[in-house]
Amino acid sequence: MRKLRHWGPGLLLLSPSLILLAIFVYGLIAWTTKVSVSDEHNALGSKGFVGLENYTKLFTNDINDRFTHSLKNLLIFTVVFLVGAMFFGLLWAFILERGVKAEGFFRTVYLFPMAVSFVASGVVWRWLMNPNKGDSAGGLNSVLGGLGLDFLQNTWWTNPDWGMAAMAIPAIWQLSGYVMALFLAGFRGIPQELREAAAMDGASTYRLYRNVIFPQLTPVALSALIILGHMSMKMFDLIMSVSGPQWLTEVPAIYVWQTLLTSDYAKAAAISIILLLLVAVVIVPYLIYTNRQEKNA
Amino acid sequence: MRFTRRAAVAAVGVAALLTATACGSSDDSSGGGSGSTKVEVFTWWADGGEKAGLDGLVKQFGTDCAGQTFENGAVAGGAGANAKSVLASRLQQSDPPDTFQAHAGAELQDYINAGQIEDLSADYDSWGLKQAFPQGLIDNLTVEGKIYSVPANIHRANVVWTNKKVLADAGITKDPADMAAFIADLDKVKAKGIAAPLAVGKDWTQLMLFESVLITDLGADKFTGLWTGATDWNDAGVTKAINDFKTLLTYTNKDRDALDWTDAEKLVMDGKAAYQLMGDWEAADLDAKKFTDYAWFTFPGNGDTFQWLADSFVLPKGAKNAEGTKCWLKTVGSDAGQKAFNTTKGSIPARTDAKPADYPKYQQAAMADWKSFKQVPSCAHGSACSQGWQGAANSALGKFSTNQDVAELQKAMATAASEFVKK
Repeated sequence: MRKLRHWGPGLLLLSPSLILLAIFVYGLIAWTTKVSVSDEHNALGSKGFVGLENYTKLFTNDINDRFTHSLKNLLIFTVVFLVGAMFFGLLWAFILERGVKAEGFFRTVYLFPMAVSFVASGVVWRWLMNPNKGDSAGGLNSVLGGLGLDFLQNTWWTNPDWGMAAMAIPAIWQLSGYVMALFLAGFRGIPQELREAAAMDGASTYRLYRNVIFPQLTPVALSALIILGHMSMKMFDLIMSVSGPQWLTEVPAIYVWQTLLTSDYAKAAAISIILLLLVAVVIVPYLIYTNRQEKNA
Repeated sequence: MRFTRRAAVAAVGVAALLTATACGSSDDSSGGGSGSTKVEVFTWWADGGEKAGLDGLVKQFGTDCAGQTFENGAVAGGAGANAKSVLASRLQQSDPPDTFQAHAGAELQDYINAGQIEDLSADYDSWGLKQAFPQGLIDNLTVEGKIYSVPANIHRANVVWTNKKVLADAGITKDPADMAAFIADLDKVKAKGIAAPLAVGKDWTQLMLFESVLITDLGADKFTGLWTGATDWNDAGVTKAINDFKTLLTYTNKDRDALDWTDAEKLVMDGKAAYQLMGDWEAADLDAKKFTDYAWFTFPGNGDTFQWLADSFVLPKGAKNAEGTKCWLKTVGSDAGQKAFNTTKGSIPARTDAKPADYPKYQQAAMADWKSFKQVPSCAHGSACSQGWQGAANSALGKFSTNQDVAELQKAMATAASEFVKK
């Protein structure tokens, strides 16, 4: 009874959000899972349980291997996006940390793209990444042509092999500033004493960063990777506004949407669950890791 | 004491939240009832010529069906994609609108299978629509002896639009009659320095072009058979069509996957291309953009085939005001209703007894063809295939655009057919 008095009111206060989460997040995940193992391929509803057939079909029997193609697209996009955003974010944070003049101004400039929605920037990037070359070039290609750098002109996202790498450019542009902000906070969080101690030991600037500062930034880098990684895997709006839904740039999130429009609920649910698992593979270890860190601290 | 105060705060918080949710859920239970005189018409016609056409239809409905009131249930955006997803959830929850817009033909199949729409065959007889519509359309609309929808308009898909000036510069004076002549003309235009004489856009516009080539190489009957299961997609004629289509793609703009149909249309308007295959809504669009130097011809080799697509209205099962809906459908099918809608939307009436003098120039020509030509359906616009099939076909064409692998496209289309053709 005493114990109940202790945590009872707290639980009561939390219960509305717990109930809502239970229904609208976990309940719906369970429902989606149920649909994904049914044969609800049209508006007629489900006739029965088919086990993992919808999943195996996606990998082995999809027309033109559409699903594996969308996974491949997602992989290229994610790798280029993560590497690009981390590189530029770290670079800018490093430059600002070394003490550039008007730091506040540059910080705002770099961070600002994040305030623009993917849909709005996607429309602009669609125009910038116009695939025409030579005389009919537009967007970036015409800028490159005007600078006499014709050999750099590119088919951008319409390239069948590396188009998704071009698709990652707007995403890098948009989120590098965010990574910069994270790293900058990380740099600022390192106590001055550590630097002084390193200087006392006669460490060069290179050794200072390599052996003292960067190791301290690992948790920040990990958070940045996780945040960008899960955004990247669920990427939908940017691609919809740059290319629209089509074969070339299809990723699982867009495939779900396309499948839903054709009322193939079971298939759409199966793709959604795979997508959820992919994100969970990244997020769950991270949550466990941070949980442990907090306990240790 | 401490406990009671905390508990009180918590209880009040919970109570407040619960009331908030309770209030939220009681909003949409009003309306309905059996004696309703409202007809909720669910469409994706929210602006432009389509909205104007709908307004014309509503006016006619007001005079024909006194005592009934029109309620606009339009959902804008996404070329109907948004409306379709809203509609799907409403049908699942057994809360159908009184009538909704759907492409006539195979796209209705999902609703028919799900038992969500009513058979209108008896009304077709009493409204005299079986005589008013051409037999080819009636055949395409009939599913196992029953008709489920009333088409409001007809569009034609297999039309090539040209820039007259570009053709005159290349010395082309007459329309090509077959594929060989068309390719010869494309070469002539190309020789004049126009690198991509045939303008196309992304996947579905390529599917339209591919379908026209299929009609040429297979003929109307075998083409229709592709969508009913009567013609095998592994047929040698299909292989030939894919190869012809591949040849045509070499004359098209390289940035095709980045363009929508209006971007491709602009290439023709700017004289950067000579030809574009597109549905006849292009006539209304070119007129609206004040471009007059255009001409059109039926896709070479299609002969007297009219590839049609239509917007139609249905009677959903469980409509609140079935009587009002029937009156709406009667208006949609009537001569006056079709005139009110089509003269403003830029399409032609499905009825063969409409007066051509009421319509603009292109429509007059199309109406004459509609009466005498053979009707075949279109997959890119849902009259030949279900939405799932259409999605698979668009995706396959999108892939073909990047790698031009003939065998792969044929295999993909054959697999899609085996998956989606009516069993």
